[in-house]
Amino acid sequence: MVLQDPIIEFNDVSFTYRSQQKPTLKNINLKIFPGEKILIAGQSGSGKSTLAHCLNALIPCSFAGEMSGTLRVAGENPEKLGVFGMSKLVGTVLQDTDGQFIALTVAEDLAFALENENVPQKEMFKKVDEVAGKLELKNFMNNSPRELSGGQKQRVSLGGVMACDVKVLLFDEPLANLDPATGKRTIALIDEILKNENMTVVIIEHRLEDVLYKDIDRVILMADGEIVCDKHPDELLSSDFLTNHGIREPLYVSALKAAGATILPETHPQHIESMNVEPYREKVLEWYHSSDFKRNDVDSQTLLSVKNVKFSYDGTKQIIKDVSFDIKKGEMISLVGKNGAGKSTMASLICGFNKPDSGVITFDGQDLSELSIKERGEKIGYVMQSPNQMISKPMIYDEVALGLKVRGVPEEEIKERVYESLKICGLYPFRNWPVSALSFGQKKRVSIASILVMGPELIILDEPTAGQDYQHYTEIMEFLMEIRQKFPVTIMMITHDMHLMLEYTDRTLVLTDGELLMDARPEEVLTRDDICERAYLKRTSLYDLALKCGINETDEFVARFIEDEKRRKQGKSHE
Amino acid sequence: MSKMISYEKKDTVIHELSGFTKLLFFLLWCMISALTFDTRILILMLVMGAAIFMISKTSWSQVSGVFLAIMFFMVINLVAIFFFAPYQGCEIYGTTTELVHLFGNYSITSEQLFYEFNVMIKYFTVIPSVFIFLVTTNPSELAASLNGIGVPYMISYALEITLRYIPDIQDEFHKIKNAQEARGIEMSSKGKLMDRISNTAAIIFPLLFSTMERIDVVSNAMELRGFGKKKKRSWYSKKSLSAVDIGVIVFIIAFFIVSMIITYHDGNRFFNPFI
Repeated sequence: MVLQDPIIEFNDVSFTYRSQQKPTLKNINLKIFPGEKILIAGQSGSGKSTLAHCLNALIPCSFAGEMSGTLRVAGENPEKLGVFGMSKLVGTVLQDTDGQFIALTVAEDLAFALENENVPQKEMFKKVDEVAGKLELKNFMNNSPRELSGGQKQRVSLGGVMACDVKVLLFDEPLANLDPATGKRTIALIDEILKNENMTVVIIEHRLEDVLYKDIDRVILMADGEIVCDKHPDELLSSDFLTNHGIREPLYVSALKAAGATILPETHPQHIESMNVEPYREKVLEWYHSSDFKRNDVDSQTLLSVKNVKFSYDGTKQIIKDVSFDIKKGEMISLVGKNGAGKSTMASLICGFNKPDSGVITFDGQDLSELSIKERGEKIGYVMQSPNQMISKPMIYDEVALGLKVRGVPEEEIKERVYESLKICGLYPFRNWPVSALSFGQKKRVSIASILVMGPELIILDEPTAGQDYQHYTEIMEFLMEIRQKFPVTIMMITHDMHLMLEYTDRTLVLTDGELLMDARPEEVLTRDDICERAYLKRTSLYDLALKCGINETDEFVARFIEDEKRRKQGKSHE
Repeated sequence: MSKMISYEKKDTVIHELSGFTKLLFFLLWCMISALTFDTRILILMLVMGAAIFMISKTSWSQVSGVFLAIMFFMVINLVAIFFFAPYQGCEIYGTTTELVHLFGNYSITSEQLFYEFNVMIKYFTVIPSVFIFLVTTNPSELAASLNGIGVPYMISYALEITLRYIPDIQDEFHKIKNAQEARGIEMSSKGKLMDRISNTAAIIFPLLFSTMERIDVVSNAMELRGFGKKKKRSWYSKKSLSAVDIGVIVFIIAFFIVSMIITYHDGNRFFNPFI
């Protein structure tokens, strides 16, 4: 490998976006060799996406700015070749698989790049067939994107770029929209392709633990536009670089560090399955037995009760099959399950967007079927995934006031309540600002503020942290915890994030194929192999660690660690 | 949930036809319907349209919403014709057979009724053809055919991608509408008309913003995969014309010519039963 020339070579590359004063990339020097598998990690704004865009020439061809230094990909200058020229060398798989899926059917999408190359139809059929075979897509050739699962869409995206015989595969946050098990499979798929094809893989992702599921040659950590670390994962995990730069360490690594162990590269911490934990075992056991954890059960009145609810959109395919559960006042609940398990449908039944075919949903003892969507909206607030799907007024104040205005609340009272809601959400200083001046996270707060203002007792959030990096994720979640303290509200979250569920929620409802598979504490769910398998969840690595250290009460171990982590986090924020 | 007015794969002769054939058929059919006022031709087209509608297995739920909306405008149109030109029919057919006197200058004449009846059938000949065309034509195949007859591929593909995203945008619309309704924005018929109109902004803006976001992603994705690189483009889903296609094309051209001859042979495009 050393004898080969690098396939990607950055030589003192800096880049400044036209609209910005400071450079986003500063003096990048980086060599990537053919056949390597590289992970580029970093927080939002660290420059990792900018770096990726340099490789496919979106920078500087689509996003204008000032570039200095030299960059060579397979000996070519991306700036000269342009986006089109580079598309033959570097295949980019985007984060948003729905966006990447351009054509109407799988076959056409695989053929898209070939069509643009004006490849004759006969040749195209052959090539598409070949790629579909490699990616096991042959049974779906005539399906439209809406008929595919998240994992299948990812395969199509991959096939679409592979059809061009590219040399480098670039993955831009491939895991962001996938349920954990599908994410894991995607990583395995990438690994497999790399073994069979002679390609170089560059993955941009901040979900480090999930990517490390398969071997990675090097991790390049970025912060403030610079490369701060370029190491083998074993070495990286033995250092403090990750936590210092706002990237979440794999949970088992955090747990080992919490137990007071110093991790050594020789123990191969890259995968928990193959890691040697002998040197740390005693420390972990000692920590486990000395830590304590008292459960404080929420024991209050039932707020929402779902009984034997059944639902189907078309009268034939049951989306919800006889589901029953209760939510108590003040609880924080996570609703999890694979993509398409019926989670959003369940939420829409509670909000009244759809009516159950049979069964009863009661709220505070009252049958919800007597109430209109609008009336339910005063008790149950629904926050959509993207704030852009909700915000309809140009000014922040007007947006938050909207729900009260249409209900004919007097102007004075509106003002008072809007200000209060803005204060809770930390938006009071911006009350007279236009929405467009806010960041994504702030917009999210606006959409939550505009629900809070109506004083709902239950708030349902659809994927509140999807696509957010660790820092923004923590911000949003801490914000929700704060609201919960200031405002007596019950929260239900639909999520794919196993850590969110462990760290922040009291109870987890696992929905799969329209059935409620389990209703238990998050740590109980994530240490159950069979449940995780069926619901496409990912068993937490803490479970493996506990077993390897000889602790059989795995859920207790997980609970104690999460509690410990919470305390340390609070300690930090009080400093 | 079946999507309104969008392509659905079914196994019928109509679906099998090439996009080019259907497009040509559709255009000539609409031209005939627009040009002729010959009631016999219109009635024949009405019957044929109904037959094709049946053959194409288009289900009512696919088109009902749009159909009702068009009916609504048709009624307004027919009433408006009567109020603005109550004797248009008499002028055209040259006779006046008064049936009922209403008030002032307005009375119902059989000529006017016959004229408006023709206008109505025109609606009914065009509507099914629009529906059938949209629900049976695979957008990518249509784009390929358009490109085949000389329309630049940028334009053909733009059309395809518009059709491709109609269902997605409908989904998004429902989601946003639900969430805004929960916030108390009344969209159902309970609200006052003016309120409802101003409230649609609450859906349109978020829809617009999230659509813009999507366009951004899609256009980048297309560029990354080389769309627009070359002057020419090949099509995976291009179909060559089959014997059936040729038959249909010959038929519609012949039908067009014959209709035009029948319509214009006496120098007047109206069929006149009153002489």
